[in-house]
Amino acid sequence: MNNRVLSLVLSRLLIALITLVIVSFAVFFATTLLPGDTATILLGQAATPEAVEGLRKAMHLDDPAIFRFLRWIVGLLQGDLGTSYANDMPVADLIGGRFINTLKLAGVTALFSVPIALTLGISSAMLRGSLYDRIVTVMTIGVISVPEFMIATSAVLIFAVYLKWLPALSFANEIHSLSDMLRIYAMPVITLTFVISAQMIRMTRAAVIETLNTPYVEMALLKGASRPRMVLRHALPNALGPIVNAVALSLSYLLGGVIIVETIFNYPGIAKLMVDAVATRDLPLIQSCAMIFCLGYLLLITTADIIAILSNPRLR
Amino acid sequence: MTMTSSETTSERMTGSRFGYRFNIVGMIGLSVILFWAIVAIFAPLIIPYPVGEIVDLDYFGPMSADFWLGSDYLGRDMFSRILMGARYTVGISLAAVTIACFSGVVLGMIAAVAGGWLDTVLSRFLDALNSIPSKLFGLVVVAAVGSSIPVLILTLSVIYIPGSYRFARALAVNINAMDFVTVARIRGESTWYLIRSEILPNIVGPVLADLGIRFVFIVLLLSGLSFLGLGVQPPYADWGALVRENIGGLPFGAPAVMAPSFAIASLTISVNLLIDNLPKKIRDRSE
Repeated sequence: MNNRVLSLVLSRLLIALITLVIVSFAVFFATTLLPGDTATILLGQAATPEAVEGLRKAMHLDDPAIFRFLRWIVGLLQGDLGTSYANDMPVADLIGGRFINTLKLAGVTALFSVPIALTLGISSAMLRGSLYDRIVTVMTIGVISVPEFMIATSAVLIFAVYLKWLPALSFANEIHSLSDMLRIYAMPVITLTFVISAQMIRMTRAAVIETLNTPYVEMALLKGASRPRMVLRHALPNALGPIVNAVALSLSYLLGGVIIVETIFNYPGIAKLMVDAVATRDLPLIQSCAMIFCLGYLLLITTADIIAILSNPRLR
Repeated sequence: MTMTSSETTSERMTGSRFGYRFNIVGMIGLSVILFWAIVAIFAPLIIPYPVGEIVDLDYFGPMSADFWLGSDYLGRDMFSRILMGARYTVGISLAAVTIACFSGVVLGMIAAVAGGWLDTVLSRFLDALNSIPSKLFGLVVVAAVGSSIPVLILTLSVIYIPGSYRFARALAVNINAMDFVTVARIRGESTWYLIRSEILPNIVGPVLADLGIRFVFIVLLLSGLSFLGLGVQPPYADWGALVRENIGGLPFGAPAVMAPSFAIASLTISVNLLIDNLPKKIRDRSE
């Protein structure tokens, strides 16, 4: 039976790989094949045709698109991300530190949101239909149906403007003490935690409720098991796979969240770098950032799927 | 995929001779949606001040009898700007969701009925598109072609075609396995007939509910892009762009920052409420 699990996991990994190729294709073609000649944009309106022609040659812009795509992919695989158009620095250098900043932000957010969301999600599923459950459900739907920037601006209004606990929309580059760090991370992390937790609570609740509806849980109820025992001993071990799946899936919402949060709080992460690159049409930088984001997203959803396969006892 | 939860659909709902009856929460949602639809259509007739004109001496003015929602960073009337913003937010999202759902549903039905390699290729390709995070997709396209309203509509619909496709295909595959479809096929009906007369009428309810959910996603994504400065460009402004313009007023707690956000929230929450409280008859297969 283990062979079946192995082959399922392998086929899932293969699909992820194929998807990655299609995605890189899409990212490359979206940024290079669409109108707007890169050489003209770089040199500006006043450039002579000869200069434009020279640059086109130097950048291999006259080659067929498929060759440029292959050259780009091979470069990526060798760790060569290209050179930024805007300031002639290697893209890898620009991204390096920023990427770690974003990872830190995402990590801290996950550290807070996972326990909060699991507690709320599981408890509201246990008390399904109660007032508590309804409040949690309404709150999560509320948070999910408003844009991320509204949560960010509300957090600023509450914590910075009315309560005056934290500074509004500012970012200090030097961290001298623990309190400095708290001040920097507090607002972005609060915002992201809200966004991620809402998704996670909703999915966790659905996963636990699905398990609670199974015949073996009904059996536990009929034989007279107490409610906590029924949930903790019978339902939860089986819901673990779907719950971890839900956690990995909701963490993928971090990607959309960080783009807004880094912009609004001026946080020096990779998403802010990318939004700035869009403003200057710095295509190599945009391509690399986009690939990093897609890779992260794909990694999370593939992990979620593989966990779902591994945790399904019927396949064991 | 949907934001709905089945157990909230009330048992209080009474049967009706006309088939459909909405409960009170659904009615509230529906009336807010109708309100914004009417505002979007008649905005130029009902705005108290011209949107481009500086009418307040103060910038980031507070709410007052003259300026119901205060004034923006230049001293323009915020209330008028939000009413006009409804046109862009509602209009662009509606156009995008229509294109996305139409293409997604048609492709989904074709894939389900045709099956075979077409189904596999289409599903694999659209799934791959689906694994590009939506905001990122928007960013990349805007970086490449620049932002204009037709580009926005097309981008938003391309982003949401895969989801709509997957949803419609799953429904259509179920219907496709039913006896009456097999009979029609044996009768020698064409693929087009199967899609139009056998499959479509049986999936139209859930598909409409799905359209509502996708409308919410599109409104949120459009607002997000506009907030980043990549969506609707000045001099026009949708609700997301209004928040971006006035973000400087945040430290003063100006109403100009929060009012457009509340407009977005009222629209998206109402759509969710309406979908959650749709009569079971319409959305019974949407779970």
